[in-house]
Amino acid sequence: MDLYEYQAKDLFAKHGVAVVPGKVCFTPEEAQAVATQIGTTVVVKAQVKTGGRGKAGGVKLADNPNDAKDRAQDILGLDIKGHVVHKVLVAEAADIASEYYVSFLLDRTNRTFLAMASVEGGVEIEEVAVNNPDALAMIRVDALVGCTLEKATEIADAAKFPAEVREQVIEMLQSLWKVLVEEDATLVEVNPLAKISDGRVLALDGKVSLDDNAQYRHEDHLALIDNAQTDPIELRAKEFDLNYVKLQGEVGIIGNGAGLVMSTLDVVAYAGEEFGGVKPANFLDIGGGASAQVMANGLDIVLGDPDVKAVFVNVFGGITACDAVANGIVQAVAMLANRGEPITKPIVCRIDGNNAVEGRRILDESGIALIERVETMDDAARRVAQLAAGK
Amino acid sequence: MAIFLTADSKVLVQGMTGSEGTKHTRRMVASGTNVVAGVTPGKGGQEVDGIPVFNNVGEAMAATGANVSVVFVPPKFAKAAVIEAVDAAIPLCVVITEGIPVHDTAAFFQYAENSGKTRLVGPNCPGLISPGVSNAGIIPGDITQKGRIGLVSKSGTLTYQMMFELRDLGFSSCVGIGGDPIIGTTHIDCLAAFEADPETQVIVMIGEIGGDAEERAAAFIKDNVTKPVIGYVAGFTAPEGKTMGHAGAIVSGSSGTAAAKKDALEAVGVRVGKTPSEAARLVREVLASL
Repeated sequence: MDLYEYQAKDLFAKHGVAVVPGKVCFTPEEAQAVATQIGTTVVVKAQVKTGGRGKAGGVKLADNPNDAKDRAQDILGLDIKGHVVHKVLVAEAADIASEYYVSFLLDRTNRTFLAMASVEGGVEIEEVAVNNPDALAMIRVDALVGCTLEKATEIADAAKFPAEVREQVIEMLQSLWKVLVEEDATLVEVNPLAKISDGRVLALDGKVSLDDNAQYRHEDHLALIDNAQTDPIELRAKEFDLNYVKLQGEVGIIGNGAGLVMSTLDVVAYAGEEFGGVKPANFLDIGGGASAQVMANGLDIVLGDPDVKAVFVNVFGGITACDAVANGIVQAVAMLANRGEPITKPIVCRIDGNNAVEGRRILDESGIALIERVETMDDAARRVAQLAAGK
Repeated sequence: MAIFLTADSKVLVQGMTGSEGTKHTRRMVASGTNVVAGVTPGKGGQEVDGIPVFNNVGEAMAATGANVSVVFVPPKFAKAAVIEAVDAAIPLCVVITEGIPVHDTAAFFQYAENSGKTRLVGPNCPGLISPGVSNAGIIPGDITQKGRIGLVSKSGTLTYQMMFELRDLGFSSCVGIGGDPIIGTTHIDCLAAFEADPETQVIVMIGEIGGDAEERAAAFIKDNVTKPVIGYVAGFTAPEGKTMGHAGAIVSGSSGTAAAKKDALEAVGVRVGKTPSEAARLVREVLASL
């Protein structure tokens, strides 16, 4: 889960990373009130989970509370790269002398953690990496040892932080490492890390990604989830504990196992090219060993998506038993009929593996006219694309 | 021969007394695996289907000569379980558990590296099978038979799908390395082992979006693999920034796309199937020409 800037800064403050005072606001009036409290020039910043806010007009200075109200009015509702602004951060405006960059992140390639630091902050760090790679220090951090004083010193010196900020940066690096470890984050980034005119070094922006697998040991992270930004069908799928991602297309996809479902999306998209560019409407993995109930929930979700014109159920039963999958399909159809929403969309099924013969028998004898069984994955993909295209 | 898992493998199951552990122990035994012990703290002295349960990995190894551990314990306890296995210097530790926090995996991976004694497979993987010989994990034992194809894959069900497509030809070993951001055994480790395995004549490598493991595997193939390699990559239609089921399956920025992986593999002479069945056809062609 990626956090908003204000959430990231709250976590920073909790672990002793120096930030400027500020508060998240949902209305122009709130922005005005917060600016009054702060009492100095403030910066009003759009809270969206994407970069390039400044260029898009999402970051503005305000000299007084009335001005803050007007700027918040301008920014709220802006569309920044497809993200509509629903809240702004109002914070004390800092008098910036220098802008730096620091981050810790998961390093998949080396299967450990990586620190990145540069005295050329305030710009896209990817640009620094390409245009001036010598200015970006990259230092591995051992997961078992962590960012000790020695390691933090190594990072600060590799990035050539000037003497007047070196001690502050070293301390900040150690605090940021605490954010990474104690909050189970996979990314902690500060850009810019700024030296302000009074000599202090502060985190003026913050980016944090949390590990969803670690949610169980962070009750407080539940409050950080912003469901307002989540697709309503994804939310419903989450209630059923289903692994669902909404996509832009017409073919509903249900399968077992992340790899097979990804592969199914591809195969449907290839087949769809023949039929005017029909595409998969979603990713839905019912997981290993799925029961009939899980299959029924999945079908309920996918059939409820108005974009879906036809559904492809693609299951290879390893642990999952194909008879349970078939029973789930039949149950879902019956359940929807009982609810007064009889199915109207064709369901193409390809099932192989564990108990496939029994599963196929159940489907063939179900008497449900909209269920069509196809032997191979490629043929089934072609058939469902054809049906979704209305041909 | 086969890779990592052979006729000499003696398997212990960490978490055998749990429901998943018991279920899959039975499946492993049914597919011919020599399961010699279970480990559950506090349940030493019990038995599951006549297989003795021990309190820790060290005791189980000392009493039974176990040399492979399969870990089924829940995410919360997985780190401690793997560290216990590494401390006991077990040569192969297969972590099936899904949903382990990545900080825990980073820690136990580093711990195993430092020990230099334990090969980790996984986490969040289906394990590995040498058909007709031994089966450590949850891969169905009855899909296929012993043969000349070596298979390495990030994905469980795509492993099964490929085994099924080529079931008449058979496999030397199939390794599901898992889809998490940090994994123990990599594509490269398996490619090197298959290259050295006289029983394996062709290698199938299945990748998916996220990270750069496939690109690095391509570089490795160029310099180190003489046997034919057939590739398949899943996730061409996955959008940027959305995690596709596996914690590691996410395209961020320009890196990690399926197209980039396919290009990297083809650039070193690996033929890449557009679909699993096309990849299977390529394998048949290659085997027929040998």
